[in-house]
Amino acid sequence: MAHGSEPITRGLPLWPGRIAAGLVLLLTLGTLLAVGLRAGSAGRFGVADWAAIRFTLVQAVLSSVLSVAAAIPVARALARRSFPGRRFLIAVMGAPFILPVVVAILGLLAVFGRGGVINDALIWAGLPAISIYGLHGVVLAHVFFNLPLAVRLILQGWATIPAERFRVAASLDMSVWRFLEWPMLRATVPGILLAIFLICLTSFAVALTLGGGPRATTVELAIYQAIRFEFDLGRAALLAGVQFTICAVAAAAAWWIAVPSALGGGLDRVVQRWDTGGSTRFSDACAIGMAALFLLVPLTLVLSRGVTEIAALPNSVWLAAGRSVGVAIFSALLCVVAALALAMLRGSAVAGLAGTLPLAASGLVIGTGLFVVVHPVMDPARLALPVTALVNAALALPFAYRALSPAVEQVEASHGRLADTLGVCGMARVRLVLLPRIRAPLGFSLGLAAALSMGDLGVIALFAGDAEETLPLAMYRLMGAYRMDTAAGAGVLLVLLSFGLFWLFDRGGRHDRV
Amino acid sequence: MKHPLFHVAGLTFAASAAMAQTPELTIYTYDSFVTEWGPGPAIEAAFEEVCGCDLVFSGHGDGAALLSRLRLEGNRTEADIVLGLDTNLTYAAAETGLFAPHGLSPDLDLPVSWDDPDFLPYDWGYFAFVGNEGGPAPSSFEELAQSDASIVIQDPRSSTPGLGLALWVQQVYGDEAAGLWADLADNVVTVTPGWSEAYGLFLEGEADLVLSYTTSPAYHLIAEEDASKIALRFDEGHYMQVEVAGIVASTDQPDLARQFMEFMVSDAFQSVIPTTNWMFPAVMPEGGLPEGFGTDIDPETALLLPADAAAALRESAIDAWRTGLSQ
Repeated sequence: MAHGSEPITRGLPLWPGRIAAGLVLLLTLGTLLAVGLRAGSAGRFGVADWAAIRFTLVQAVLSSVLSVAAAIPVARALARRSFPGRRFLIAVMGAPFILPVVVAILGLLAVFGRGGVINDALIWAGLPAISIYGLHGVVLAHVFFNLPLAVRLILQGWATIPAERFRVAASLDMSVWRFLEWPMLRATVPGILLAIFLICLTSFAVALTLGGGPRATTVELAIYQAIRFEFDLGRAALLAGVQFTICAVAAAAAWWIAVPSALGGGLDRVVQRWDTGGSTRFSDACAIGMAALFLLVPLTLVLSRGVTEIAALPNSVWLAAGRSVGVAIFSALLCVVAALALAMLRGSAVAGLAGTLPLAASGLVIGTGLFVVVHPVMDPARLALPVTALVNAALALPFAYRALSPAVEQVEASHGRLADTLGVCGMARVRLVLLPRIRAPLGFSLGLAAALSMGDLGVIALFAGDAEETLPLAMYRLMGAYRMDTAAGAGVLLVLLSFGLFWLFDRGGRHDRV
Repeated sequence: MKHPLFHVAGLTFAASAAMAQTPELTIYTYDSFVTEWGPGPAIEAAFEEVCGCDLVFSGHGDGAALLSRLRLEGNRTEADIVLGLDTNLTYAAAETGLFAPHGLSPDLDLPVSWDDPDFLPYDWGYFAFVGNEGGPAPSSFEELAQSDASIVIQDPRSSTPGLGLALWVQQVYGDEAAGLWADLADNVVTVTPGWSEAYGLFLEGEADLVLSYTTSPAYHLIAEEDASKIALRFDEGHYMQVEVAGIVASTDQPDLARQFMEFMVSDAFQSVIPTTNWMFPAVMPEGGLPEGFGTDIDPETALLLPADAAAALRESAIDAWRTGLSQ
C-alpha cells in the first residue's frame, strides 16, 4: 500500500492523481460533513449501537480472513496450471462478486437453504437438516461474494512475478514458494484482506437477511435506520464516522503488515513453470474444483430458475436495462481513469487513502450528502443518472486501484529508468510506456467497475424518479409488487448484462495468460 | 409557397404554450404505487380526465423513506401531496409542520373512527401471517410460539410491516412483549430488511409463514389463480395499517391538491385499489370488492394505536423485539 519513497524522477504525470484524490475525498468525507452539518445536532450512541459495532467487526474479520485463506490455494493453482477452459473458469468464477445481493442470496438458499439441495440430500439420507441462518450464514455469503475477488486480485499478484524469476529459481533449484510467492503474497495480501474486510464492514442486506435476527445488526443497518426511518442525520453521521475510524485503524494495520516485494522487472515473457509436478497436481485440482463448485452451483440454480421469464419481461424493464448499461459504462470509464491517475502517484499516502476510503463509505451517507448539496441548486432527479455513475465509480475505485497500482509499479520498475534516460515523461510516458503494458489489469478494472455499477441499488434509490429507473431498482420494485417471477427474470437479465460487460472488458484487455 | 415545416413549428409552439398553462400536481408516493401493475397509471389517467392538469407520481422507496425524503427537502419540496404514509408515521409527519389540513370529512368504511385533520386514508389492511393451505396454521401468537412453525418477519427498524408487527405484539402483550418475542425466537428463521425479501423467502419455501397482509392470498387467487395461500386469523386480533395522504403546506396548487383529495375518496380512485394495491379501499366502491378478495378473514377486533400512542410506544416495542429475539 502506502509504502515506498517518493519517486526521484517525475516520470509519470502527478496532477491527474491529485485531482482524483481530491474528488474522492470530497465524495466520501465531504458528503459525511454535509450530512453532519445538515443534522444540526450531534448524534448519540445507544447500547444497541455498541452491539452492532461488535457484530460488524466479528463478521467482517471472519469473512475476510476466510475469503483470503481460501483464495490463496485457488489462485496459486490457477496461476501455475493451464488447462482447457481455464480462462472461461476464471471469468465465470468472478461472477458472484458482481451479483446483486438479492440474486446471490436466493442462489445460496437454493443450495444451503431449508429447501435447498444440501438439505434435500441430508433429509434423504436420514440426517438432521442444517440451517444457513446465523453468523455462519453471513460469513458463508460473504465468502461466496468475496472469494472470487480475492482470487482475481491475488492472481494479479502472481502475474507481477516476472517469468525470468521462475527460470532463475528453477535453474538454481530454489524454492519458488519461499523466494518468489511468499514475498509476493506478503506484499499483496494485506491490502486485499483490508479491502474485503471493509466490504464486509459495510454489508447490510446480506448480514440482516442471513443473520437470523437482531443479533446480526450491522452499523450500516443502523445508518439506514437513522436516515430513512428516524431521520436522525446526526446519528447517521456519527455512525458513518465510526465506519471511517474502523477503516483507518484497519488500513494502518494492513500498511504495517505489508512488506513491499522486490521482484524487479522482466521482459513481459510468457511464464513457464518447472515446479508443478507430482502431488501439486492433485491439490491444485482439488482447490480449483471445490472453488468452482462452491461458486458456480448457486449461480447456475438461480439462472436456470429465472431464465424462462426473460422473454416475458415488460418493456419498462428493458428500458431500465438500457439505462443501467449506459450508466455502467460511463461509471467504469470514470472509475478507471481515476484509479490510473491514483496509481500513477506511485504509492503515495494520499493515493492509498483515496483508494481505500470509498470502501468504508456508506452509500446511503454519500447519497444523502450529495442530495443535501444538490437539492438547493436543482432537482436531484435530473442528476440521478450522472450522480449514480459518479458514486458507483467512487465505490468501485478501490478495486480498480488495487488491480492497477501493482501493475503501474511493475512497469515503472522495469521500464522507468530506460524511459527516464530517453526523456519520455508526462502524458507521452503514459501513452507509450504504461498503457500498452497494463492492458490486462486495465480491462479487468473496467469490467469490474462496470459490473459493480450495474448491480448497485444504493444511490439510485435515493435520487431516482421513475424516468431514471435502473435495472436493480426495477427488479426491486417488481418484488415489491408481488411479481417475484418477473423479478427473477429481471435478476437473470441483470446477471447476464453485468457479466457480459465484465467479460467484454476483461477479455479485451487480455493478451497473455491471466 | 410556405414551407410545410412552418406549420409544424407553429403547431409545436402552440402545443408547448398550452402545456405551459396546464398546471402540474406532483405527488410523492412509494415505489410499488407507481409501477405499471400498481394503482398509479389508472389513477393518473382518471384524474387527468377531470382536472385539466398534469398529474405526476414520483416514487420514493417505502412509506418511511418517503417521509425522510420530504424532511430532507423541507419547504423547498416539489411535492404538492404525499401519498403513502401510514398511521405509524403520521405523528412524526405532522410534527414536521410540513403538512396542511385537508378540510374534508368524507364517510369512510374503516373499522376504526377517523378524525385526523392533516391526513386522509385511501386504503387499509390487516397485518397477518400468511401460509400455505395444509401447512401449519396457529391461531394466536401463543400457539405460534409453542408450535414449531417457522416464520420470516421484517426488521421494525427498516420496514413498515416490521414495525407494524412490533406494535401489534406490544399492544397485545404490553410489558410481556419481550417474553413473547423470546418464545418466538426459535420460530423466527430470519429477519429481512423489507417486505419484498421476506415474501420472496417465503415463496422460496424458506419458512412456513411470513408476516404480510390478510389481502395477500387474494393476490395469488386473482392474479395467479393460485388458491394455495391462506392468511391466518389470530384470536388476539389484527393490527391495522391505514395508508394516508396529506397536502404539503408549501404547495403552489392548493386548489388542485384539495380536488385530488376529494377524488381520492371517490369511486374512480377507490375501485382501482383492491386489485392493484391489494388493500381494502377506504370507501367501499359501488361494485363492492372483487370476488375472492379478503373474504377469508374478518377479524373481530381491529387493533390500531392512535398516531401519538404509536409514536410513543415505538421505542419500547422495538426494544422488546430486540431484547426478546436476542436471547
